[in-house]
Amino acid sequence: MGHESTQLVPVVVTHATWLWLIPLFPLVGATINALLGWKLQAMFGEPGKMKGGRGKQLVHSIAVAAMMASFAVAAYSFVQLKGLPAEERFLQQTLWNMFTAGRLSVDLAFSLDQLSMLMVLVITGIGTLIHVFSIGYMAEEPAYWRFFSYLNLFVFAMLLLVMGDNFAVMFFGWEGVGLASYLLIAFWYTDPEKAAAGMKAFVVNRFGDFGFIIGLMLLFWGLGGAWQARPGLVRNLDYVASVEMNSNAGASTAAESEALAPRVHGVKVGPTMNFRELRDQVVIEATGVKEHLAGTTVWGVSLLTLIGMLLFVGAMGKSAQIPLFVWLPDAMAGPTPVSALIHAATMVTAGVYMVARLNFLFVMSPSAMGWVALIGALTAIFAATIGFFQYDIKKVLAYSTVSQLGFMFIGVGTGAYWAGVYHLLTHAFFKATLFLGSGSVILGCHHEQDMRKMGGLKKHMPITRWTYLIATVAIAGFPVANGFYSKDEILWKAFTSHHLALFGVPTPWLGPLIYVVGLIAATGTSFYMYRSYYMTFTGEYRGGGDHHAAPAGIAHTDHHAAPAATADHGAHAAPADDHGGGHHGGTPRESPWQITLVLAILAAGSVLTLFLGIPVLWQHTFAHASTAPLLEHWLEPVLSAKVEFGHGTPAMEWLFQGLGVLAATVGFVAARAVYKDNKNEAALKAMIERWKGVWTVVYNKYYVDELYEVIVLRPAARVASAFSWFDGRILDGLVHAVAAVTKAFANLDGAIDKYVVDGAVNGLASVIGWAGGALRHLQTGRIQTYLYGALGGALVVVLVNFLIS
Amino acid sequence: MYLFTDGNVLSLATFFPLAGAVLIVLLMIGRAMAGLGKQLVDQASRWIALITSGLSMAAAIAAWSMFDGTNPAVQLVYKAVWIRDFNVEYFVGADGLSISMILLSGLISFIATIASMPWWGSHQANQMAGMHDDGHDDPHHPKHFSVRMVPGYMAMLLLLQTGMMGTFASLDMFLFYVFWEVMLLPMYFLIGVWGGPRKEYAAIKFFLYTLAGSVLMLLAIIAIYYTSLPALLADGSMSKLHTFNILELTRQAQSGLFAGAAPILGFAFSKIVFIGLFIGFAIKIPMFPFHTWLPDAHVEAPTPISVILAGVLLKMGIYGILRFNYAILPDATAWAANAIAIFGVINIIYAAFVCLAQKDLKKLIAYSSVSHMGFSLLGMAAMTPQGISGAVLNLFTHGIISPMLFLIVGVIYDRAHHREIEKFGGLAGVLPEYSAIMGLAFFASLGLPGLAGFVSEFMVFSGAFPVFTTYTIISATSVIITAAYYLWAIHRMFLGKLNPAYAGYPDLVWRERLTLYPLAAFCIVLGVYPQMILSAVNGSLHALIRNIHPL
Repeated sequence: MGHESTQLVPVVVTHATWLWLIPLFPLVGATINALLGWKLQAMFGEPGKMKGGRGKQLVHSIAVAAMMASFAVAAYSFVQLKGLPAEERFLQQTLWNMFTAGRLSVDLAFSLDQLSMLMVLVITGIGTLIHVFSIGYMAEEPAYWRFFSYLNLFVFAMLLLVMGDNFAVMFFGWEGVGLASYLLIAFWYTDPEKAAAGMKAFVVNRFGDFGFIIGLMLLFWGLGGAWQARPGLVRNLDYVASVEMNSNAGASTAAESEALAPRVHGVKVGPTMNFRELRDQVVIEATGVKEHLAGTTVWGVSLLTLIGMLLFVGAMGKSAQIPLFVWLPDAMAGPTPVSALIHAATMVTAGVYMVARLNFLFVMSPSAMGWVALIGALTAIFAATIGFFQYDIKKVLAYSTVSQLGFMFIGVGTGAYWAGVYHLLTHAFFKATLFLGSGSVILGCHHEQDMRKMGGLKKHMPITRWTYLIATVAIAGFPVANGFYSKDEILWKAFTSHHLALFGVPTPWLGPLIYVVGLIAATGTSFYMYRSYYMTFTGEYRGGGDHHAAPAGIAHTDHHAAPAATADHGAHAAPADDHGGGHHGGTPRESPWQITLVLAILAAGSVLTLFLGIPVLWQHTFAHASTAPLLEHWLEPVLSAKVEFGHGTPAMEWLFQGLGVLAATVGFVAARAVYKDNKNEAALKAMIERWKGVWTVVYNKYYVDELYEVIVLRPAARVASAFSWFDGRILDGLVHAVAAVTKAFANLDGAIDKYVVDGAVNGLASVIGWAGGALRHLQTGRIQTYLYGALGGALVVVLVNFLIS
Repeated sequence: MYLFTDGNVLSLATFFPLAGAVLIVLLMIGRAMAGLGKQLVDQASRWIALITSGLSMAAAIAAWSMFDGTNPAVQLVYKAVWIRDFNVEYFVGADGLSISMILLSGLISFIATIASMPWWGSHQANQMAGMHDDGHDDPHHPKHFSVRMVPGYMAMLLLLQTGMMGTFASLDMFLFYVFWEVMLLPMYFLIGVWGGPRKEYAAIKFFLYTLAGSVLMLLAIIAIYYTSLPALLADGSMSKLHTFNILELTRQAQSGLFAGAAPILGFAFSKIVFIGLFIGFAIKIPMFPFHTWLPDAHVEAPTPISVILAGVLLKMGIYGILRFNYAILPDATAWAANAIAIFGVINIIYAAFVCLAQKDLKKLIAYSSVSHMGFSLLGMAAMTPQGISGAVLNLFTHGIISPMLFLIVGVIYDRAHHREIEKFGGLAGVLPEYSAIMGLAFFASLGLPGLAGFVSEFMVFSGAFPVFTTYTIISATSVIITAAYYLWAIHRMFLGKLNPAYAGYPDLVWRERLTLYPLAAFCIVLGVYPQMILSAVNGSLHALIRNIHPL
C-alpha cells in the first residue's frame, strides 16, 4: 500500500430521504411501549398465564416489528449503497439545523458509508435476534414492556451514534446508549447493587466523555480559529495569516455560517463538527490543513497527538479500556440479553468505531496511534488474566469482552483499521452467541451463574452446548471459525508495524512487543474460554441439590432478590407467585425455541463470517488470486488512511498464523487437562492454596475498584463536604456576622426611634398589621444602616485612594 | 386575535397580571366591606390569577411570534414620556435577548400560577394539604400554602409577574429599576408568609441581600445618568441634560463617553460603575460568594415561588449584566472578562461539589442552579458567538429545567412532608409516572444530549474554549460531578428497596401533570431544536459582543 494509490477527492454525497427511518422505527417502538406498554399488558394480560399473555405478545411484537422494519430499511440502504461506484458510496440526509452560532453549526443529519453501513447491519441484525431471544428469556418478567422499551431505546441511540453525520449527532447517540445502558443495567432496580452498577456505568463513562469533549474542542478550534492569535498557548501562526478563518464572526443561521467558511481549492476549511468536512479538508493536502495541524503544538505538545489521546479517553470509557473498564464487569447485573446486545455486540464497540471513523486523523499522529495500541494491548492481557479465575459465567464473558476490545484497539491503533473493524464484527457474532448461550445456561440451571454449580449440561442442553462450543472455537482462534481471521490479521499487523511512537518518541519496537503481549493474551483467551466450557458443559451436573425454588420465575434469573410486585404497573396484572410450572425441578433443561433458534443463527454467523476475511496469503496460495479480503475491499474507500506496514515473506506469514493456532491449542489443551469433566477440583484447590497471594490479587481483579475508591471517590466526597462546610460556616457565617453588626446598629437606632417616633411607628404598625411589623424592622433598622455603611464605605475608599496616590 | 399589536403587546404582557392583582384587591375590600364569603373570594381570586396570568403568557407568545429574529434591532417598541422633569420615559421594547426572556417569563409565570392551585378532593390529598376533610386544619402539618390567605397570595404572585415582565421589557433605565424593585416586595412576602418553617429568616435574608444589590445598582444607574448626554424623548423634544434611555446610552457608550468619563473617587468611572452594577446583578444570579441566600430562599419558599425564583428571577442577573454592563460599559467589560470567567468556573465546580454533599433534595437542586448559572457566566465572558449564544440559551434551558426540578420536589414534599434524600428509597415502584418525569428532568439537567440542557453547555464549552482554555477544561469536569450527584440522588430516592412508609402514595395528579408535561415537552423540543431560540437571540447577541471586541 502506498501513498499514491488513490487520488483523494471530496466525498460525493447522494441524498437519501429514507435514512431517518432507520433510527425512527426503534424510537417509535420505544415510545409506544413506554407510554402504552403497561396498559397493553394490563388490558390483554391473562393473569392465570403469566408467560406469553396476549398483552406481552403485543409488547414484544411492537418491539420486534420495529427492529425488523429498521433492519429492512438498512438492507434496502445497503442495496442502494452497493449500487453506487465504490468511491461514491455515501448516503446522507439532513433533517434540520439544530444550532448555529458563528462557525459552530450543527445539523441533525444522518449518513451511511461503508463503515456505518456495516455497523447498522450488525446493530439491527444482531439486535433483532437479541430481541427475539428476550421474548423467551424475559417471558415471566412483570415489567416486560419496560424491558422492550429500553431495548428499543438503546438501539435507537446506537443507530444515532453510528449514523451521525457529525460529532454532535454521534455524541447524542454516544450519551443515549449510556442512558439506555444505565436503565437496562439497573433494570431490576429494587436490588441496590444492580442499581448501583447502572450508576457506576454512567458515571465512569462520563470520565470518558470529559476527555472526548476536550478532544473535540481541541479539534474544532485546532482547525483554525480565534485562539490561534494567542501565541502563548499555540504555536504555528502562519496558517492564520494565510487562511482568514473568521471563526469569531457572528453567524445566526446555518446559511450564514456556511457563507463564513473559507474555501481552498473548493474545499471548505476551518472549524467544523461534520465528519465529511473534516475528512475532506484533512485528507486533501492542497488545503494546507494537514500541514497546519501537523505543525501546531498546544502547551508544547503536538496538537494532533493531544486530540487523538483525548478522543481515545472517550473510547476508553465506552469501550471499557484501562483504566475505565471497571464499569463493564459490574454491568453484568443487567438481564443477560442486555449483556449480549450492549456489552458485547454493539455499545462497547463505539470507541473502536469512533477511532476507525477518524482514521485519517489518528494516522497523522504516530504517538496517538501508539497510545491507542498500547492501551489496547495492556487491556487485552490484563482482562484476560482476570478471566482465568472468575467463577461467575457472565463475569468471565465480561472480562473476555474487555480483553477482546483490547484486541480491536490494537488493530485500529496500529493502523490496521479494517482488521480492527473486522474483529468488531466477528466478536459481535461469537460474543453474542456466548452471552446468549450463558443466558440459556442460567435459565436452564434455575438462575445459577456460578460455574462451580454447573457441569454436565451437554446432556441436558445440546443446542446450547454446541453453539457455545462453536463460539468458543471462534474466540479461541481456530481457523474453522471467524475469530481466527480477525485476530490473526490484527496480530500480524501489530508485528509488522514499525511506525508507532509514544509521546513523540519513535518506538519501532512497540509493534513487536504488542504482538507478543497479544499472543499471550490470545493463549489466555483460549484457556479461560475452554475453562468455562468444560466447567459448564462436561462432567456431572453439580447444581440442583442445594437449590430451592427461587421466589419468582425465570424473569429473575440472574439476580437473587426478586423485584417487589410493585415494581411497575405491569406487576399488578401478573401475580408474582406464578412460576410457570416445571422450572424448579432438579435437572436442567433446554431453553425454548426463541432462544435456541437465535443461538443457532448466531453460531452459524460465527462461522460464516470468516469468508469476509480470507487472508490474501491464502487466496494467493490456493487460488492464485491476490484480491484483498472481502471486508477490507468493502471498507477501503472509507478507511482511506494509509499506513506503511513492514513486509513479511509468505513463509513468515504462515509461521505467524501457525503461532496463532499454537496459542489457541496451548490454551485449549491446558484448560482441557485441568477442567475437563471437573475431575481435578481437589488438585485445583491445592494449587490455589499454594499460590494464594497471586490468586487473591487476580481473583479480586487487582483491587482496581478499591483503588478507585481511594483515589477518586473518597477525595471527591471530602472535597464535597469541605465545600459544603465552607458554604454553611464561612460564607454564611460572614453574612450572619454582617447581620449581627447591623443588628447592633439597629438596636441603637431602635432606642432613638423608641423615644422619638414611637407613637407614629406604632400607629402605622397597627394599620398594616403583620406586614407592617415585618417591614418595621427593615425601615427602622436596616435602611439607615445602609446609609451608615455607604458613608463608611465611601470614607474607606477615599482613604485607600489617598494612601495609594 | 387582533388584541395584540406591535405597540401594545409587551405592555399587555406586563400589565395583565397587575390588572388581576387590582381586581383581587377589590375583592378583598369587597370581603371586608360587603361581607363576601371566604370561599367565593378564594375561588374568584384563583380564577382571576389563572386568567390574567394566562393572558400575560398569551401576550408573551404573541410577542415572540411577532418578533423578527433576522433583525438584531429593538422591536415591538412603545414609548411615551412619563416624568418629564427627570427625562423618564415609559419605554418598552424587545431585542433578541429580551424576547427570549419575555417568552420564558410568560411560560413560567403561568405554570407557577397553575402550581399554586389546590389539588385535593380525595381524603388522602386533603391530608397532604394539611386539612381535614371538613376543611379544618390538621394540627400535625402546617396548612398547605395554596389554602392560606389565598387572595393575598394570588395578588402578590400577579404583582411579581408584572415586575418580571416589566423588567425584561423596559428600555428605560429608570423604568427598569422600578420594575426591578416591584419584584422585590411580593417575593419577600411570598416567602415570608407562605413559606416553610424558617420562612422569616429566609425572606429577610433574600430581601436584604437583594436590596444591598439594588443599592449598588441604583448608585451605578445614577452615576451613568449624570454622565450621559441628552437625547430625544418620545414626543420629539430634547431631554434635559441627561437621558435614561438604554438604547441611547448604548449609542453614547460606543462613542467612548463612559470609557472617558471623569473618575469617581479616583477610580476609573467605567470600572467602578461596572463593579457596582455587576455586584448588584451578581447577587441575583447568584454568583459565588453572594449565593448563600438562594438555598435558604428556595428551601423555605412554596413550590410555585421556587419555580419562579429559579426559572425567571435568577435570569435577571445575567440579563442585567448583558443589558447594562455589556452594552453601556464595553471597555470595562473587556477589562473584567477574565474575572467573570473565573467566577463562572467557581460557580460551576464549587456548587457542583456542594450538591454532592446535600441531604435535602431542594437544597441540592438550589445549588445545582448556582452551578448551572456558572455556565452562563463563563460563556458570556468569552465573548465569542458560541459562548454568548450558549450563555443565553442556558438561561432559557435552565429556565425550563429548574422549574421542572422544583415542581418535582414539590410533588414529593406534598406527599411526604419532608425532602430528606436518605429517608426515601424505592419510590420508582410506587410512583412510576413521577419517576419517569423526574428522570427526564434530572437527565436534562445533567446535560444529556437530546434534552434541553446539553446544547447550551456544549455551546458554552466550545465558545469559551479558545479564549479560556484552562478554565473550560476545569469547568468540563462538571459533567462528571453533575452526573454523580443526580444519579446518586436518584439511587437513594427512587431505586433500591421501597420504604414501606411510602407505599400508598398516589402518582401524579392532573394539576401536577399540567405543570410538568408542558415543561417536559419543552425539554425535548429544545434538546433537538434549540435553534428555535437561537435564531431569535443570535443576531442581537453577536452585535453586542462585536461592540466590545470589534472584528
